[in-house]
Amino acid sequence: MTEVTGGIEMEEDTSGKIKKFLYINRKAPYGTIYALESLEVVLIAAAFDQDVSLAFLDDGVYQIIKGQHTRTIDVKNFSPTYRALEGYDIEKLYVEKESMEVRGLKEEDFIVPVKVISTQEMADLMESQDVVLSF
Amino acid sequence: MLHTVNKSPTERNTLESCLKHLKKGCAVLLIEDGVYGALKGTVSTKLVEQALKHHPIYALYPDLEARGMQDRVIDGIKLVDYSGFVDLAVEYPSVQSWL
Amino acid sequence: MKFGILINEGPYTHEASDTAYLFAKAAIEKGHKVSRVFFYHDGVYNSSRLTEPPTDDRHIVNRWQKLAKDHGIDLVVCVAAALRRGIKDENLQEGFRISGLGQLIESGIQSDRLVTFGD
Repeated sequence: MTEVTGGIEMEEDTSGKIKKFLYINRKAPYGTIYALESLEVVLIAAAFDQDVSLAFLDDGVYQIIKGQHTRTIDVKNFSPTYRALEGYDIEKLYVEKESMEVRGLKEEDFIVPVKVISTQEMADLMESQDVVLSF
Repeated sequence: MLHTVNKSPTERNTLESCLKHLKKGCAVLLIEDGVYGALKGTVSTKLVEQALKHHPIYALYPDLEARGMQDRVIDGIKLVDYSGFVDLAVEYPSVQSWL
Repeated sequence: MKFGILINEGPYTHEASDTAYLFAKAAIEKGHKVSRVFFYHDGVYNSSRLTEPPTDDRHIVNRWQKLAKDHGIDLVVCVAAALRRGIKDENLQEGFRISGLGQLIESGIQSDRLVTFGD
């Protein structure tokens, strides 16, 4: 993914420090660029050997829906990239149950394996992080 | 954890979603259009008053004042300036911005 | 305490950059360090040298430039987001630099707090 990194420059020594980073996705894809640019950050984060988790709640659950076809709006379909996260050792993907259900979605509608968690568990996840980035 | 909310509760569900995810010991700071969530007599007032029983809620005074809403704030919501915002960010171990 | 700041919106349309600036200024006045401000998404527009607001309005770009110069803040504009939006070294205000997203992650690791301002 060098096209998005522009080269990773390690100016300060970050080795040894492992922080828990949580990326919170609350916005639907395509209507705005947040989902795509959030994913780009996550891919870079993988190179830093930090403890990375992704949370999908509210309209963010729409980001990982199967069957996205974007050819007719002439925008790159980036949903397959979520499947590539595993190759970057990013395996902690969480979906909030209530957000999923109020949108009429089920776990099998998602393009990647996720852990479906309750609102309370989502709150626990947020609280346990060192750095929370929401897009 | 300090949660900041910058959306009006009558435009987006951001405040509602944030309040649902508060853990014991968390605080909320309303900034920008989020300060409309600090007002009395709105559809979200009850929700905020309920949250106030368990969590400190702050509103950024400069944003309230800019919008002419400084005299309509729910009792119990604490008003802070940017210096107070910094203090809150220092006091809580992490900051989550609900966008 | 050492702060990192992430700005996700451009100037003038959203309040994000204003709030971030006033937060950064207050933090510095209280004796904290703002080590880096990272500009992402439309936030990259905060770095355009071509910005010319009306004279009675605040100059958001130059205000960041001055704060950074006075207090040693590293103003980093995301290269991927910048290229997408036509921000390049040619139109980058002095005091800002274009670099990779790794700088944001690094800021998250190195800072005591990373605070996001966006929409």
